[in-house]
Amino acid sequence: MNINATIIGQAISFAIFVFFCLKFVWPPLIAAMNERKEKIAAGLQDADTAEKDLALAKEKAAQTLREAKQQAAELVEQANKRAAQLIDEAKDQARSEGERLKVAAQGEIEQEVNRAKESLRAQVAVLAVAGAEKILNTSVDQSAHSEMLEKLAAEL
Amino acid sequence: MAGSSTEYIKHHLTNLVFGQHSDGTWGLADSAAEAKEMGFWAINVDSMGWSIVLALVFLGVFKSVANKATSGVPGGLQNFVEIMVDFIDSTVKDSFHGRNPLIAPLALTIFVWVFMMNAMDLVPVDFIPALFNLFGIHFMKVVPSTDPNITLGMSFSVFAMIIYYSIKVKGIGGFAGELSLHPFNNPNPVIQALFIPINLFLEILNLVTKPISLGLRLFGNMYAGEMIFILIALMPLWIQWTLSVPWAIFHILVITLQAFIFMVLTVVYLSMAHEDH
Repeated sequence: MNINATIIGQAISFAIFVFFCLKFVWPPLIAAMNERKEKIAAGLQDADTAEKDLALAKEKAAQTLREAKQQAAELVEQANKRAAQLIDEAKDQARSEGERLKVAAQGEIEQEVNRAKESLRAQVAVLAVAGAEKILNTSVDQSAHSEMLEKLAAEL
Repeated sequence: MAGSSTEYIKHHLTNLVFGQHSDGTWGLADSAAEAKEMGFWAINVDSMGWSIVLALVFLGVFKSVANKATSGVPGGLQNFVEIMVDFIDSTVKDSFHGRNPLIAPLALTIFVWVFMMNAMDLVPVDFIPALFNLFGIHFMKVVPSTDPNITLGMSFSVFAMIIYYSIKVKGIGGFAGELSLHPFNNPNPVIQALFIPINLFLEILNLVTKPISLGLRLFGNMYAGEMIFILIALMPLWIQWTLSVPWAIFHILVITLQAFIFMVLTVVYLSMAHEDH
């Protein structure tokens, strides 16, 4: 418990150890820690930037998707329109074709009828004469009555 | 039994002293009385030795970590050291407002070193002395901070730094003014002249109290704690743990707190020395 030279010895060693700590221990440790602090700060900032980039990219993707959808819808609409148009055209064509065929068929029928009439007309005179011959039992002068018979045939 | 317990306690409180015997030869003192006779120019080999060994352990560990320190992911020991450094750094930044690169390493050294010296208190009181007794060394006080030489040696070093930085920052005139013009001052020069001796007395007292209280606080706390461990060690062996374990657990708090107080007060005193009015 005496105060003796230990007090001086302790003061000297204290000074030496503090000096050693000041020169060789503190600076590298604090430097490493500060460097890490900076690294972490930079990392956080990078993360922030990346997050922003991601948000931007997402927005862009959504935009693109929206545009694509719109385009697709337009295309479908166009295709529908075109299809309707084609159907209408086909209908029109079919109708006019039908009309044409009907007209042609009617013409043919009329022709046939006319032709049948003509042949009937040609034959009716002969039939009438033959009939009259039989009725009268006489031969009728063909040339004398042909005019009257032609008139008759024309009336048919 | 009473005599032997007194002897046991005294024995535990006696340093291993190296100095000059009354017959002129140099050597280790064989008793407390002999150590007293050696006067000032003797050295407490045990306190000094343990304090230096502990400082070397502290600086060795911290230096080896500092050499390998990376700014990447720190490993176990580096983590621990960095927690200490960070803790000291933030404490110093909180209480020291000047710019002085010495303060933080100083605070680190004080905190860890004092903590380690205090922590020797937790080694069972007879452990190391018995070990040294085997080698014929009869006195061994293992807790350096129970030696006032050690604590006062450090606190007076701090005192020297207070004086040095006061003069460096404020100049001799500024420092003298601080000592003589506070706390009482008066615009009238005659009355002020009367106040100066009073101020000087108060301020110098205030200044000198700092290192003494700083050193004695640590010494007193550690000495009392060590004393209680010694008293507990006097009890029968089977009952000792009921007291020594709670006291040791409580003491963990005390040794940390005392180391912290010593460090913070040092920083605060030096901060005050740096303040220029």
